[in-house]
Amino acid sequence: MQSNDKAQVVLRLNAITKTFGKLTANDAVSFSLHKGEVIALLGENGAGKTTLMNILFGQYTADSGTVEVFGRPLPPGNPRAALNAGVGMVHQHFTLADNMTVLENIVLGTQPLWRPGFDRTGARARIEKLSADFRLRVDPDARVGTLAVGERQRVEILKALYRDARILILDEPTAVLTPQETDDLFHTLRKAVDLGLSIVFISHKLHEVMAISDRVLILRHGKLVSQVETDQTDRKTLAALMVGAEVEAPKVDPVTPGPALLKLDNVGTPDQGSAPGLKSVTLALRAGQIIGLAGVSGNGQTALAAVIGGLTRPASGKLELDGETPQGWSPIHAVHSGIARIPEDRHKIGTIADFDLTENAILECYQDQPFSKRGWMNWGRARDFTRRIIDTYDVRCPGPSTRIRLLSGGNMQKLILGRVLEPEPRIILANQPVRGLDIGAVTYVQNQLLKARARGAAVLLISEDLDEIMALSDVIHVISEGRLSPGFPRGTMTPAELGVWMAGDGFEGEHSLAS
Amino acid sequence: MGSKGNTHLRLEPISNPTLARTILPPLIALGSTVVIASLLAMIAGANPFSVLGLIVKGAFGSKFAALETLNRATPLIFTGLSVAVAFRAKLWNIGAEAQLYAGAVVTVILGTGALTLPSIALVPFIAACAMIAGAVVLLIPTILKTRFGVDEVVTTLLFNFIFLLFVSMLLEGPLKDPMGMGWPKSARLIPEARLPRILPGLRLHWGFALAILAAIAVWIIQKRTTLGYEMQAVGLNPEAARFAGIPVRAALIKTALLSGGLAALAGFSEVAGLKGSLTLDLSPGFGYTGIIVAMLALLNPLAVIAAALFVAGIFVGADSMSRAAGVPTYLADIMLATALLLMVLAILLTRFRIRRE
Repeated sequence: MQSNDKAQVVLRLNAITKTFGKLTANDAVSFSLHKGEVIALLGENGAGKTTLMNILFGQYTADSGTVEVFGRPLPPGNPRAALNAGVGMVHQHFTLADNMTVLENIVLGTQPLWRPGFDRTGARARIEKLSADFRLRVDPDARVGTLAVGERQRVEILKALYRDARILILDEPTAVLTPQETDDLFHTLRKAVDLGLSIVFISHKLHEVMAISDRVLILRHGKLVSQVETDQTDRKTLAALMVGAEVEAPKVDPVTPGPALLKLDNVGTPDQGSAPGLKSVTLALRAGQIIGLAGVSGNGQTALAAVIGGLTRPASGKLELDGETPQGWSPIHAVHSGIARIPEDRHKIGTIADFDLTENAILECYQDQPFSKRGWMNWGRARDFTRRIIDTYDVRCPGPSTRIRLLSGGNMQKLILGRVLEPEPRIILANQPVRGLDIGAVTYVQNQLLKARARGAAVLLISEDLDEIMALSDVIHVISEGRLSPGFPRGTMTPAELGVWMAGDGFEGEHSLAS
Repeated sequence: MGSKGNTHLRLEPISNPTLARTILPPLIALGSTVVIASLLAMIAGANPFSVLGLIVKGAFGSKFAALETLNRATPLIFTGLSVAVAFRAKLWNIGAEAQLYAGAVVTVILGTGALTLPSIALVPFIAACAMIAGAVVLLIPTILKTRFGVDEVVTTLLFNFIFLLFVSMLLEGPLKDPMGMGWPKSARLIPEARLPRILPGLRLHWGFALAILAAIAVWIIQKRTTLGYEMQAVGLNPEAARFAGIPVRAALIKTALLSGGLAALAGFSEVAGLKGSLTLDLSPGFGYTGIIVAMLALLNPLAVIAAALFVAGIFVGADSMSRAAGVPTYLADIMLATALLLMVLAILLTRFRIRRE
């Protein structure tokens, strides 16, 4: 043991390597974490951050390399051992039971809940003390199913603290939070550090990394490419390290918007479980304009995309194309109306994993000539079409007969882009078009959207990434609990101002949220 | 609880299986089936090699045996295709048995003198009507599924029992043969309604040829038509199919019509080609065995022919083996059950690898 508290190494990873088939997710990654330190693990989606943390937490077994916690080696592949050693993980996707209370969720797994011996009062006292110490406000008796996302995250953190975690791993904790909630989280994390905990903070958002961390580790393609002290660096340097090249914001030339191609007039849809429906949304998509839809995920983006994409009909209000209400409204109507739909989930919704590229390329047009005639497929023409997409959109693949599940996310997305953009659509619905893509693919996709805008297409860009929205959009709307803010022209709003709307506080006549 | 001695087995998906990994497990499954059958034969006190030899000889060893096997395979090809078509679209049709009997009932209603047409018109007409009946029988559970989300596994399975009792009622009542000496049995088909033999003198009827044609037709539908594409898309990922604008419900309905119709052809061909009349024991579970056939064929319509021959061969061969070696015919059931279980495991192993942690 060292005398200096700050220098005590609480966690050490030695040359961790993990491969999945041909992909090397982690390539000899080593680092150490000291007591009271916050390190940020920075990297693009797919750089190997989550894999590394899953190895640390025992959910994956590394091919080689070891993990030491407080100087003792951790047996591989055993989450319980990691927990016992004081490692707590807050996953990107929460692992809470919706139908149980906060208290039950926190205690679950540490002691039998329904035996007579269960000390509910003691558990409650302990949770309340942790809540106060770490500034994690939450009602122990609330059912988790009724909580907002930010509150659920606090429960997850409490769960780790209740198990005496000395090392907290947070995997992309801010992806689901408003800027204000993010600030609250950072307060909690600083508290935790003051109380002697150590934190690994995983993110790909540069400003957050700058705000919270002492040291930044940069992962690129599974390799640890750099370690820097946060106060010795800046965002631009980090971005360059992260992607391996200087990043440039896409150039947006001014375009005079044309007529409204698609209009929503006071459109409402019912709520779907905890996902809010639309609350009288009015929106116009104009030729030559990119509308950005900002908002915390799960606030009605899915409902809006479903209406425009033809998956649901407005329950109230109306949808107009070129000033007329369409006769029927279904996915195929949307496609035939010239709406290109880039779905949010390219793995589950946008493609069929076990279909090959050709079968996936014609998913929306197989009923049309020349791909089929009177019920008979013309696979030759379908393959020609696919080859054209592969060439034009630079889809890296062995050929049109490759199963699409073997492609990387970026190449999959390029195939979808080709599928929907090849018919020169008038309207583009891009729902999270760059999520999970590497920077090269991101630039490519964004440039395709700008190209479509330049030739007069109307674009609706839905994204959780405020930076992306602000860089690309001519007009920004914020969606919160199914309500749509007015349109803010480019450059009139700061991120903080948009954050107020994202938290639901900008809407008139509405009570602000308790948090 | 602790960390020591706590090993877990985990399945890891294989993204790009090698050729060996695709072919070997099914072959090993069939090999293991033979080994297990041999062990059972030994327990029964017989020489395993002679038992297996007798099964093969009983199934394919003579012209008579081979024709018997082909006859037995015919309904299995139809029910196997029925199941393969439905399962590919993830429509879990466990009701091929009821659809088979629906086809048989219609064959008897139309073929016992109610219609008098020349054979060339009557036989195809009856076949078409039988298909419609089978299609309708599967249509009902399918509509319940697409409209109300009722699990078709339950409805199709239970409908088998209802329908069998319904057939029993018909055979005791309206369809009962007045000349049948009181047996629950229908009247015999008129000669114009019978499926003729392929070659005079050979005990093999045109139902077998029809089954082969049906398999080829299903294969062409799957490979070359928009319907085949839709059925496959709906089976692999209904959500993505719906998003893309594929009419998911319509595709499922069409799948049901095709699947039910194919199973009904089994009933038609058994009555019109082999038995000539309807009794309650027309099918010794051909509808259920069709599931085994379809699984062994990995849902490929052309492979259904081979799988049906394999299954029919085991049944026919086991009968004759039992007479010669004194080992009970239940060995055939055990072999099929083993083959099915091992094949399911084999399919798992072609797609996943087992990891020890």
